Amino acid sequence: MSAVLQTRGLGKRYRQLQALADCTLSIPAGRVVGLVGPNGAGKTTLLNLAVGMLAPTSGTIEVLGAKPGSGSAQLARVGFVAQDTPTYAGLSVADHLRLGAHLNPGWDAALARDRIERLGLDPARRAGKMSGGQRAQLALTLALAKKPELLVLDEPIASLDPLARREFLDSLAEFVAVHRVSVVMSSHLVGDLERVCDYLIVLVASRIQLAGEVTELLASHRQLTGPSRDPATLPAGWQVISASRTDGQSTLLVRTSGPIDDPAWAASHVDLEDLVLAYLSRAARPGQRPALDAQP
Amino acid sequence: MIWLTWRQFRAQTIGATAVLAVLALVLWRTGPDLAHLYDTSGIATCNPNVNCATLASRFLNKLSRIDTLLYFLGIGLLYAAPVIIGVFWGAPLVAREIETHTHRLAWNQTVTRTRWLAVKLAITALAAMAFTGLLAVMLTWWSSPIDRASALNPTHGIALIRLAPLLFDARGIAPVAYAAFAFALGVTAGALIHRTIPAIAATLAVFAVIQIAMPSLIRPHLLPPAHANVALNPANIVGIKDTSLLATPSFTPRGGWILSSQVIDTAGHPFQGANTTACQSRNYQRCLASIESLHPRQLIIYQPASRFWAFQWYESAIFLVLALLLAGTCLWWIRRPRVA
Repeated sequence: MSAVLQTRGLGKRYRQLQALADCTLSIPAGRVVGLVGPNGAGKTTLLNLAVGMLAPTSGTIEVLGAKPGSGSAQLARVGFVAQDTPTYAGLSVADHLRLGAHLNPGWDAALARDRIERLGLDPARRAGKMSGGQRAQLALTLALAKKPELLVLDEPIASLDPLARREFLDSLAEFVAVHRVSVVMSSHLVGDLERVCDYLIVLVASRIQLAGEVTELLASHRQLTGPSRDPATLPAGWQVISASRTDGQSTLLVRTSGPIDDPAWAASHVDLEDLVLAYLSRAARPGQRPALDAQP
Repeated sequence: MIWLTWRQFRAQTIGATAVLAVLALVLWRTGPDLAHLYDTSGIATCNPNVNCATLASRFLNKLSRIDTLLYFLGIGLLYAAPVIIGVFWGAPLVAREIETHTHRLAWNQTVTRTRWLAVKLAITALAAMAFTGLLAVMLTWWSSPIDRASALNPTHGIALIRLAPLLFDARGIAPVAYAAFAFALGVTAGALIHRTIPAIAATLAVFAVIQIAMPSLIRPHLLPPAHANVALNPANIVGIKDTSLLATPSFTPRGGWILSSQVIDTAGHPFQGANTTACQSRNYQRCLASIESLHPRQLIIYQPASRFWAFQWYESAIFLVLALLLAGTCLWWIRRPRVA
């Protein structure tokens, strides 16, 4: 019931290109969701479907229980910062805030003003004369001050330098903590998401490879080192995500719900980056079927 | 939405207002002198069968170079206004947003795409119509002495008939409808093509085709034309082609729009008697005399001057309906998510 984003068999096809296929998701409310995948994986397509900028060619999608972009009430509940954080080059920061105030009944003028002040943006400055980081912050301010229940951010930090990136993520994390808003943000950089996300979706080649709570994902994956063994002899509950072999030693990344009780294996925890990379490279291997069973 | 429309359209509004202000100043400075010249020309009290054409011609000859320049500049301006509006106000309205990706910002506020476009269309179209309307009123007022004199002597070098194609588009209320149509056309092209420059090219092409097709193919048939069957004045004969006669109209409906004139015989059939023996001998005088003895007549098909306003209303209604259809197309197009 309380899913902010629910899709069933969602697909989007542009003439020859299948941008998104067979995507089934159910994201609970209150999460900060990281959507990771290489360029062209379908991240932007999924987010555009979520805000109603695109219509699906197959399957269904519901955002906060309604059809995306289905009316002004639905638009009010979802804040969107598009890829390349568009702003009106000819309009000043103050003009953008006025735009937000005129176009959104739920506009929080004090919040917007405070944020602009804290960021040190000159209200009289035109967006076209600002840096990429400042523009991204302005676009985020517009989306935040609209007081949405769900924030959708498409690669908001891709074009920012490391410092601006950190400032952007920190200000986002701060807002989320105070206003209890759900967030779905995409990136092709896992490191950025690790700081703020508690839910992860890995999207490769238009298909979902992995989706789940970050803590659960970390708990259910182990890196194992041990003697080389025939894969057929591995325990039934193990799902091998990646495997490498050196000098009679095997290194496996497995997904398993149970404990590792075979003393032959030395088990260690994985971090989010290793986990994502393992899924990315698995999806990139030829002949590998997408791991639909990897979903929760 | 009204605020955003105004804010994004502010520069154009200021530009248009400046153009109107400068023009008003120029016309206000020169208009009274022109009106005075007309009032003292005697045209107002002339006798149509005696001296109207002469007085009109004298008045037109007395126009200063500035007046003549302003007169044709004004016509050019009324031709250009709808085109400029379609190209610079219409075509970028949606296309520029998509090009600069700001549609992703605009369409994710608490305003549906349909309402966003409806408000922009309505406000900008009204501004376009008001601007062109004021332009047309000022220029029609200023030019009225010249227009009236021209109607009395249509053969004068600079005379244009306001019902005839060249001047019709630059008088009355038609420019307002053209502006609305060109604007809607530009918006539609931009919405369908997504890019400003190609949308501008498409707007120009379609508008040009329609502006040529309208007076040549459609407008003449909006009202059944009047016919005049008159004796051919030999002075109007300009040549002989095989068996038929070429001639300029022997009858000029005052201020009317001549659609066609044809030399006919007394039975009403196209005149085919120009191959008389006298004509074959290549003696021009005798040839002419022999043709005259056949009493050729001329059938002139025309739209009388009195129908000017009827044509203006028809024309305006057609273009306003087309503009509304285009606006409806845009609103229908934008309703579904198509561009991310």
